[in-house]
Amino acid sequence: MNALEVKDLTKTFEVGKTLFSRGLGVKAVRRMSFEVRDGETLGIVGESGCGKSTLARMLVGLLPSTEGEIKIEGKVQDKASPREFGQMIQYVFQDPISSLNPRKTIRQIMETPLKRLHGMGKAERDKRISEIFASVNLREEFLSRYPHEFSGGQAQRIGIARALAAAARILILDEPVSALDVSVQAQVLNLLADLKLKFGLTYLFISHDLAVVEAVSDRVMVLYFGTIVEVGPADAIFKQAKHPYTKLLANSAPVVGRPLEAPKQKGDELPDPLNPPSGCPFAKRCIYATEICETIDPALMEMGEGHFAACHNPIRG
Amino acid sequence: MIQFLNLLFRNRLAGLGAGMLVLILLIALITPVLPLPDPNITATADRFMSPFSEGHLLGTDHLGRDLLSRLLSGTRLSLAVGVAAALIATVIGSSIGIVAGFLGGRTDNIIMRLVDMLMAFPYILLALAIVAALGPGLNNALIAVAAVNVPFFARNIRGVTVGLANKEFVDAARLNGMSNGQIIFSEILPNVLPVIVIAMSTTIGWMILETAGLSFLGLGSQPPQADLGSMLGEARAALITFPHTSVVPGIMIFLIVMSINLLGDGVRDAIDPRLKSGALSRPLPATIVERKEVPPTPDKDLLSLQELRTEFHVGERVYKAVGGVSLKVNKGECLGIIGESGSGKSVTALSVMGLVASPPGKIVGGTVSFQGKDLVGASYNELRSLRGDRVAYIFQDPLSTLHPLYTVGDQLIEAMQAHRSVPQKDAQARAVELLEAVRIPNAAQRVKNYPHEMSGGMRQRVSIAMALANEPDVIIADEPTTALDVTVQAQILSLLNDLRRERDLAIVFITHDFGVVAQLCDRVAVMYAGQIVEEGPTAAILDDPQHPYTKRLMACVPELGGGKRELHAIAGLPPAVDQLPQGCAFAARCEFAQEVCRQGGIMLEPKGERAVRCLFPVNADQIEVTL
Repeated sequence: MNALEVKDLTKTFEVGKTLFSRGLGVKAVRRMSFEVRDGETLGIVGESGCGKSTLARMLVGLLPSTEGEIKIEGKVQDKASPREFGQMIQYVFQDPISSLNPRKTIRQIMETPLKRLHGMGKAERDKRISEIFASVNLREEFLSRYPHEFSGGQAQRIGIARALAAAARILILDEPVSALDVSVQAQVLNLLADLKLKFGLTYLFISHDLAVVEAVSDRVMVLYFGTIVEVGPADAIFKQAKHPYTKLLANSAPVVGRPLEAPKQKGDELPDPLNPPSGCPFAKRCIYATEICETIDPALMEMGEGHFAACHNPIRG
Repeated sequence: MIQFLNLLFRNRLAGLGAGMLVLILLIALITPVLPLPDPNITATADRFMSPFSEGHLLGTDHLGRDLLSRLLSGTRLSLAVGVAAALIATVIGSSIGIVAGFLGGRTDNIIMRLVDMLMAFPYILLALAIVAALGPGLNNALIAVAAVNVPFFARNIRGVTVGLANKEFVDAARLNGMSNGQIIFSEILPNVLPVIVIAMSTTIGWMILETAGLSFLGLGSQPPQADLGSMLGEARAALITFPHTSVVPGIMIFLIVMSINLLGDGVRDAIDPRLKSGALSRPLPATIVERKEVPPTPDKDLLSLQELRTEFHVGERVYKAVGGVSLKVNKGECLGIIGESGSGKSVTALSVMGLVASPPGKIVGGTVSFQGKDLVGASYNELRSLRGDRVAYIFQDPLSTLHPLYTVGDQLIEAMQAHRSVPQKDAQARAVELLEAVRIPNAAQRVKNYPHEMSGGMRQRVSIAMALANEPDVIIADEPTTALDVTVQAQILSLLNDLRRERDLAIVFITHDFGVVAQLCDRVAVMYAGQIVEEGPTAAILDDPQHPYTKRLMACVPELGGGKRELHAIAGLPPAVDQLPQGCAFAARCEFAQEVCRQGGIMLEPKGERAVRCLFPVNADQIEVTL
């Protein structure tokens, strides 16, 4: 069973719109289709501007999609409000401090989903909050404090606790550890792994840090310029990358013991979203690009077990 | 609340204003029970009596009415009308602003254009027009003054709300099932309330003045009713012959508006959070130095720090951000400083050129010697001549370090001309050369670009070009690649490495990333809670970390190629630098810590090329057992 199914999801933003003219359409997400299996962690990597945040916001209903279909636990979500989404899918934000209202106590923050989404009474809420706080290793005395009194790692635990309070089974983790120090990052990642086992959760883990994504994911999806360029098992996707962009990403990550040298590529500018290329969007940077890459945008093709890439000239071996 | 009052009354003028205002309010409140003559009874025989005459403490006006009782009842009325107008303007204006800012899009556009139209009229004309349309009278004057001030609140509050509406906690509230109305009341309103209070406290004086103005013109209170404005208006004819009739209400208006404004400014400063950190005053051009003793300066290294101590003094608290750091770097060498946030790595770097914001920052000990010369305590002019010339910085976010209104070429030229006079033409040619040196394609065209026209990676290259502009000896790079994507980071790192070899540069590279250190740096210093805990050649430290912190920190970092796995974490948090423990700062989180670790300072023990600040350094055999 799939926890989440996305078909042909597209988001077009209009830019330069004035009172009198329609403006230009910029496709931030271009016909993405993928599914997330129940209980799986799907890692999503990509650089700034690849559409990963737009995708995430559409999945939780914070942003309406332009086209396409989102199916959560088998049900199509067409005109659902964030409120209906909220019971099925929740979001953990990148910046833990700014995701908590500075003028509310932690108890008030924790009570909102219980009250609004589940209509629980006072006693029931208190019991539930205690349970959740115990499972994310936070002390209950924190409940009467305000967000600014917490360190980044603690605030992120509170953000996770809030997402758990909504009792959704799918969590979108949008760069949940990139604002944290490495020693704290590991604490939060391990907590997320424990919670997943305990509550049978499904994760979409968005990050720009390949090593972190590889360490926590079952499968990884690589985005470039609003499309999926490669998706495959976490243990194979960076080691045996098929798409030249994935290869470039993997070679760019600084690794202890690897000599410093910028990986080979032609240019480094992203394509212009206002004037997207007709062929493969990576062709201009790709050292393997041939004629066909300039004209035809490749579709995802299976290139190994559960390993798909959108490339005319995939890397063999 | 008590803290707020303390902060408020630390400002003496605000205290004075508050005292005066309370006094005026008290008098206005008890006016009806005071034994005063009726303010509206005329006695033409007693007209224009001077102050201190029998039965009339402040004299009488042109109809022989008692000025004191008219003054007090007028004050009552003026205050009431002014405050009411302010409240109405605040409520309506803030509601409009919050709704427009929160909903955004078309609603925002339409509402704000209407508000703009209101603002396009000179406000006193608008008020006159409103009163003219509604007819004179105090109530209508109140409506006019409130209406005229609505746009001010609407615009102010909208600006604040727009910033809040995109905050992540608002998204979170939506996902937690709150409706727009609930979000406005429970998420947005508490956050804009301080701004509303500030806006109101600084404008209420104006509104009293405006109401008085309308009454002065005969459009507000109608005779015989007295308010401060109409008293002034009626006294105008006798301004020269009997000045006391205008001076009395004039002084009262002055006192009210002055006291409200003083208090309002005080409230603003007290609520403004920047004041609480002591950072409201502009920082000095160079960090304050308060050294008890001046240690001798070693002279053999290009740049060396000896026992440098930098502290932040905020109120009673002392944050020991840098607690005795010694480092050195020579030509062609790259030194990495690695540490987590709050470890003092950036403050160390900023202290070198006296760039730590002062107040609250202070250098309290140690030396920074550059080519044998002590820079701690050097004059501002001396520091300025070195900054960007011999020692250049590259910061994390190029978008905030480059000026948005000048082309990158102009900024490069400015960097050169700040230190020596270069003819404009040569400087331009040199700017292109510099951009070529940092491998920016099509440099001759790119020189004319503004920062916003470039990608993040290109902007960081420009920052590097600017650092190179004067052929410096040392470049201090503070997390220069942290804000960049990995593919761009790889290019910037390899560029820095090439430049170092081509130009024999010394680089101090501050980062939190072991991968980056391993690839670029010859030596590395690991910082924890303001001190170096381990230092030595990069390869040696990465292969065989001896301080437990270094070792544990390295284990926390996942490496690409390891597959799905559990990560090692360090339990607990680093100590706050205003509450450093005695002894080893890492002891609380360290599995090898013993009683002796928690007593007294532990020295950085040199051992060959390396040094470690630990009583029980980890050796290679222990690794297998402990991890």
